[in-house]
Amino acid sequence: MTPLSLGTKGKVLRCVILSVTALFALLPFMWMLSLSIKTTPEIYQAHFHILPESFAGFDNYRVVFASAPMLRFLLNGVLVCAAIFMVQLLVCIPCAYALAKLRFRGRDTLFSAVLIALLIPPQVLSIPHFVLLYYAQLIDSYGALILPWIFSAFGVFLLRQFFSTIPDELIQAAQLDGMSEADIIWRVMIPMSAPAIASFGIFSLVSHWNDLFWPLIVLRRAELATPALGILLFRDDETGRQFGPLMAATATIVAPLILAFLLAQRRFIDGLTIHSVK
Amino acid sequence: MATIEILGIEKRYGDTSVLKNVSLSVEDGEFLTLVGPSGCGKSTLLRIIAGLEAPDAGALRIADRDVAKDRPKQRNVAMVFQSYALYPHLTVLDNIVMPLRMRRLTAAQRFPLLGRWMPGTRRIEREIRAEAEQVASILGVEPLLARKPGQLSGGQRQRVALGRAMVRQPAVFLMDEPLSNLDAKLRVQMRSEIMALHRQIGATFVYVTHDQAEAMTMSDRVAVMMEGELLQVAAPEQLYSDPDDLRVAEMIGSPQINAVPVHALNRQLCLAWQLSQDTAVAAFRPENAIITRPADAMLNGTVAVSEHLGADVFVHVRLDGDAGTIVIRTDRTSPRHTAGTAVGVSVEGRHVLRFDAKKKRCRPSQDHGALVA
Ligand SMILES: Nc1ncnc2c1ncn2[C@@H]1O[C@H](COP(=O)(O)OP(=O)(O)OP(=O)(O)O)[C@@H](O)[C@H]1O
Ligand SMILES: [Mg+2]
Repeated sequence: MTPLSLGTKGKVLRCVILSVTALFALLPFMWMLSLSIKTTPEIYQAHFHILPESFAGFDNYRVVFASAPMLRFLLNGVLVCAAIFMVQLLVCIPCAYALAKLRFRGRDTLFSAVLIALLIPPQVLSIPHFVLLYYAQLIDSYGALILPWIFSAFGVFLLRQFFSTIPDELIQAAQLDGMSEADIIWRVMIPMSAPAIASFGIFSLVSHWNDLFWPLIVLRRAELATPALGILLFRDDETGRQFGPLMAATATIVAPLILAFLLAQRRFIDGLTIHSVK
Repeated sequence: MATIEILGIEKRYGDTSVLKNVSLSVEDGEFLTLVGPSGCGKSTLLRIIAGLEAPDAGALRIADRDVAKDRPKQRNVAMVFQSYALYPHLTVLDNIVMPLRMRRLTAAQRFPLLGRWMPGTRRIEREIRAEAEQVASILGVEPLLARKPGQLSGGQRQRVALGRAMVRQPAVFLMDEPLSNLDAKLRVQMRSEIMALHRQIGATFVYVTHDQAEAMTMSDRVAVMMEGELLQVAAPEQLYSDPDDLRVAEMIGSPQINAVPVHALNRQLCLAWQLSQDTAVAAFRPENAIITRPADAMLNGTVAVSEHLGADVFVHVRLDGDAGTIVIRTDRTSPRHTAGTAVGVSVEGRHVLRFDAKKKRCRPSQDHGALVA
């Protein structure tokens, strides 16, 4: 069903506009995929084909996994992103609950502080974070990748906004049912805010999976590198100078994100239908 | 079973005083209704009894025990909310068993995932489930146990909310306008079901409504509240026939009681009605007034409109001398009064209720004072 009924012309126009936009967004990815399965001579040919004349996909991807610890990078990425997201939830959910539903002095001031924190770009904090981690002797460790991100102003803000929409009477009913604040968070707030948590999850995952800036600053050992940093290290490698394997490597690190997004999208829709109960 | 004693409760939100020195005692097993206009503090008082909100002053005793320091869980009080407040993500069964789960299972047994394998969890869960199913069958929601609240009708949600309150067999039931979201027919049906439930379980009920008909038909006693004050607490009949306050008299009964300012009445009538000096308003019920010929009456006016409602006819009479409009209830056998005819109105002195300038009732003991000069 369309909210506005469009004529045939309108439909065609809409289709064209959407296709052009999609093409712009997808072209780099298609190019990347296409290059990742071509041989080096073919890549440097003057004319461009999406599909290769001779298929070099196996070779390129084999080179990636053989010459670079790509699996290790992916694993690091999963580990670091999962740890960051878990700890963020552990910190942000109680904060958001308190800011949304508890009455205490200074609550509004604290919330303003969160809003201000939202405006500060993370790069601004990189030097203080680096110094702190240095004194804690955590530079060049997983801890250095995870600890600076455990408080997310965006997460607190998003969840607090969502928690505010949950009616107070529901929380009062839960109190009468005998739930403690922790029970209320675990049994009422979290299940009811699945869509918000999922969107926060996507945000957190994407930004830390793709983060190059921070790992580049705090890591020295290649075996701790996350995928984005891994690509950089791979490029410095002998085989990494060739575009075919390099594109194969990039395709490899993008794939898990796309997969995760597709899965979370399903969860999104489920969450939204659960929540449409009045 | 439990009595509730409320002593001098005060509650303020910022600068506005929401409850002003409210004192009330509810007997064991009584059905007490709190009635009053929107925003007068009914829900606030309920929340204070439940322990969801702390009063700024005053004492609260439930079952002869001071509960000021008890958390809601410890008070043995169940509440049905206006919005039902069912957990939307849980099934009806899970909604109903929640209070039992939170009480009977230890924290370890409730622990996510691992709790299921703690010793005793399964046995207790089985018992809880059996009790919930019994409550569900009393309320007729057994076929709905596997559904989510979003898949229920208003009346069914209402029953589930009742079930969640009933299942732990509380000593005190608090109900905050539980019927206000239902249509008129279902409301009447649920009214009698709640009354039957009260007889059956014999717990103390405090029931909030702003519908005076609901209050009058359901309760042992009615507490009328206005702007944070309790105006009168009495049995429904007494509230109707012997109100302490003009605002109570005006709220109870339909059509509204007729209130005539004394300064608009002639001296003869004041004598006949035995109005004392401090009386500011004389009031009488529509059924206690009789329409007479203009010459025979001390109160005169013209008919403004006649409303025919089947058995009853309500005649609106605009009184002479700027004394306002009154309503008189007659039955359909009495002669018709067309708009514009001059009529007299006669009310016996014993039917007249007298109120002073502060809207308080002038009781007969004070009525012996000097008559209006
Ligand atoms: N948390 C709060 N903060 C500030 N004011 C409040 C709060 N809760 C209630 N009030 C105010 O207290 C007054 C009484 O509210 P309450 O909910 O008890 O009214 P009520 O009698 O239940 O009304 P209704 O019939 O509309 O439910 C209202 O004027 C309301 O605005
Ligand atoms: Mg209310």
